[in-house]
Amino acid sequence: MISVDTRYGFREAARMEWIKLRSLRSTRWVLAGGMAATVALGVVAGYNTRSVTGDPTSNVLAGALVGQVITGVLGVLAMTSEYSSGLVRVTFAAMPRRGLVLAAKTAVFGLVCLVAGEITVVASFLGGMAALRSSVPHPSPGDPAVLRAVLMTGAYLALTGLAGLGVGAILRHGAAAVGVLVGGLFVLPLITGAASRATGKFMPELIAGNSLAAVKPVAGFTWSPWLELGIVALQVAALLAAGGWLLVRRDA
Amino acid sequence: MISVRGLTKSYGGTLAVDDLSFDIHPGCVTGFLGPNGSGKSTTMRLLLGLDEPARGSALIDGAPYAALRWPLRSVGAVLEARAFHPGRTARAHLLALAAASALPRRRVEEVLAQVGLADAAGRRAGGFSLGMAQRLSIAAALLGDPGVLLLDEPVNGLDPAGVRWIRDLIRSLAARGRTVFVSSHLISEMALTADRLLVIGGGRLLADTSVGALTARGGGSLEEGFFGLTEGIR
Repeated sequence: MISVDTRYGFREAARMEWIKLRSLRSTRWVLAGGMAATVALGVVAGYNTRSVTGDPTSNVLAGALVGQVITGVLGVLAMTSEYSSGLVRVTFAAMPRRGLVLAAKTAVFGLVCLVAGEITVVASFLGGMAALRSSVPHPSPGDPAVLRAVLMTGAYLALTGLAGLGVGAILRHGAAAVGVLVGGLFVLPLITGAASRATGKFMPELIAGNSLAAVKPVAGFTWSPWLELGIVALQVAALLAAGGWLLVRRDA
Repeated sequence: MISVRGLTKSYGGTLAVDDLSFDIHPGCVTGFLGPNGSGKSTTMRLLLGLDEPARGSALIDGAPYAALRWPLRSVGAVLEARAFHPGRTARAHLLALAAASALPRRRVEEVLAQVGLADAAGRRAGGFSLGMAQRLSIAAALLGDPGVLLLDEPVNGLDPAGVRWIRDLIRSLAARGRTVFVSSHLISEMALTADRLLVIGGGRLLADTSVGALTARGGGSLEEGFFGLTEGIR
């Protein structure tokens, strides 16, 4: 038994969140389905690649378009499903330090998404390469730029998952949070892009396709993919920080 | 031991709890009686640190809830019957809470047996009847074998057997020295369960009394005694 002078901490919070995450059958199925759809899109994109001068690596990672929505929605639900059921009050009664709970959710869910994301992009790459026509160049997985593009896309899928968690913590309502997340990823770049094309370098969804997943430079994306990944990570961190700030200050 | 002093809370300009002060002692069942919307649930949430009071304090054994080292080992609470994810099994729900409190897996099986859910533990809780859901919530409250129990409307929607089961459980917890605080709007149920009654109306404490005293006040009817107190108050 634990001695009386100890107190609950991150370890207990992480264990609680891990049990919550793995005990939902729906989460497993959605994640598995999302991974399969992402890989399938990559295989189709590989087969449809005809340009000899194009970027086949970037093409076969196109499934991330779907994958980011799947991890993002799962992130939203990890937070908002607790509100819709009232479980959140049980959680916070068990662990009144709400920032700790969100930190544990972030760590556990982020790690699961990172592993799932990397498995998905590696499978997309291998499947996409196998589907490439013999007439187009076959990028080598040993090429550092190719490996970087694949692995960064996997990391991006984990980051959109965490963005969902952050938006879910801010809005607490599933449908609203999914709407804002999808709008922020896909609609916001259209609006800001119409005003100024330079804003694209700050839009996660455009960064993913044109910088992270790209082996060959894309016009307008002159910054290093590492810097662009950092920009996405910063936005996600800001969402989680805002969510944590609100979680602590609002009535549960 | 629960100590509430000057507790005040409003939501959007409406006063939900208005300058409440009371102590709740171990070894007896204290009933929290009041009409719907009188501030019972708000008081429970304030006690658990879920909502922030505008003024006043609520202390558990001398400390605010947020300062508890292992909250579920000090306080067990039932706020809503269905406060669990419908897709999770009863056992997984309790295992997550046990992990939060560093309690052994054995405790989960013990409380599942205690509330009569051992056979349903592997089923998704979303399919539970209201009575089973209430039992699962009570299992969660008992998990850490806490000294203080807060039960908000625990008999709502239960069949007669369920009502009696909860009544017996509440009585036995108090008999074993626990501090038991039970809210209800059911006067007759409180008469059977509570040793002491706190009557609340419009967010204010109207009486700190006993079933016998309130019955005498109503000329032999507990119900009349209650209405005499709450008449004209929302």
